[in-house]
Amino acid sequence: MSTRTFRVWRGDDEGGELADFDVEVNEGEVVLDVVHRIQAEQAPDLAVRWNCKAGKCGSCSAEVNGMPRLMCMTRMNLFEEGETVTVTPLRTFPVVRDLVTDVSFNYRKARETPAFAPPADLKPGEYRMQQVDVERSQEFRKCIECFLCQNTCHVVRDHEDNKEPFAGPRLFIRAAELEMHPLDARPDRRELAQDEQGLGYCNITKCCTEVCPEHIRITDNGIIPMKERVAGDRYDPLVWLGRKIFRKGRQER
Amino acid sequence: MTTTDDTSVSSPPRAAIATRTFRTDKWMRVPVLTVLGLTAWVAYATFRVFYQGDYWVADYHYLTPFYSPCVSEGCVPESAHFGRFLPDHPLIPYAALSLPFLLAFRLTCYYYRKAYYRSFWLSPPACAVPDGHAKYTGETRFPLIGQNLHRYFFYAAFLISIINTWDAILAFHSPSGFGFGLGNLVLLANVVFLWCYTFGCHSCRHIMGGRLRHFSKHPVRYRLWTVASTLNNRHMMWAWITLASLALTDFYVMAVAAGWIDDLRFIN
Repeated sequence: MSTRTFRVWRGDDEGGELADFDVEVNEGEVVLDVVHRIQAEQAPDLAVRWNCKAGKCGSCSAEVNGMPRLMCMTRMNLFEEGETVTVTPLRTFPVVRDLVTDVSFNYRKARETPAFAPPADLKPGEYRMQQVDVERSQEFRKCIECFLCQNTCHVVRDHEDNKEPFAGPRLFIRAAELEMHPLDARPDRRELAQDEQGLGYCNITKCCTEVCPEHIRITDNGIIPMKERVAGDRYDPLVWLGRKIFRKGRQER
Repeated sequence: MTTTDDTSVSSPPRAAIATRTFRTDKWMRVPVLTVLGLTAWVAYATFRVFYQGDYWVADYHYLTPFYSPCVSEGCVPESAHFGRFLPDHPLIPYAALSLPFLLAFRLTCYYYRKAYYRSFWLSPPACAVPDGHAKYTGETRFPLIGQNLHRYFFYAAFLISIINTWDAILAFHSPSGFGFGLGNLVLLANVVFLWCYTFGCHSCRHIMGGRLRHFSKHPVRYRLWTVASTLNNRHMMWAWITLASLALTDFYVMAVAAGWIDDLRFIN
């Protein structure tokens, strides 16, 4: 057992500041345990969102020493003995109070993403897919919607005005998941990603991948393949030539 | 998680935190090392490309990749495997046919984009560190929309890698017959690394099979895609290894051609 100094942002949409707490830390604990101890012993009105404490619900997203993390998955032994730990709310979203932010931006963008469109000639229960064909999409299904990727993406983190044209990495992998889905019948996923979701705003700096607690390779397996598909549609001379010669449709299925 | 009925994206304010970042790790180290590494490489490559000398070892047929294919009228005839048709001018590199494409291939490479956006353009310098630009439009407008041309440059780079491979094979044929020395190993290693980088390119991965929806209907392309994906997992590593191997290969050929060192020969 030892005592550590925690600096926790306290405030709401009218302002706030960092508050210092000297708090007991035990072996094996995570940041969320310590925040709960602060709440239990020193600041009962401290607002913090949490649920599973197992890295599966995506509720306890915050910024710990400046890095977007799940508090329940950030072990205290990550920090040096005597190091002050600073906990602040996600910066990209409006603050509700203390460590709780309003993440409704992400839900709005999710509603704007068209859902899975099954083939017209198949009824539910008749879908048949090869495992090898669904593996890529399944990686994206691991997403727990913690929105750390959305929070760390500088396109919206540093530029509030981009929230209108830009959907963010979480929704890009949703688009990629459906675009790569062997049974999705919607033909315009790529156009939607480029024109409606703002795929072109992404400059591949991979912070979304770095902070993903599920280790989804958001950029390499989701965003870049989508960019490549868009490039194939719009910019590739050989693809254009091949279509002319073989009279093929837009994409081999 | 909490949601509100208000779907506006600009209404309630964010937490009022003035400190730009609370990161306590050495997040500046990677951008600084990247700037130093890329600047040093570009400086060396620029010097060598316009030096127009010590690029060909006549005894062992070593041709540096910076001069391949050598297509200038100034090239030593034996080094010009594809003819000499460009005018000999100090400002026209001997490999002016391939170098612009290779430069563009690397400039538009998804890894290098990340590297120079972060380090030179600070957009952002590191994760959760402000990018410091007042306005940001990413790759939606000219000139950065041109990054989508990566595919064109990949096709060119693929052909040039074949030429580099041909150069490495020809280097086994010295004037006195079959020969084999340390220079051959250097040229071969460089070519292997170049293929690892080129075949692991994101565009290549897409072309090989990434664009398909049904891998099960295309087993050969699926196999090619898995190979490209395996290499792609280490694309950053191959990007840096090839920068180093290109410079070292060129330096080795220059050193032998200039007579600074003798090539260590194993056979002939």
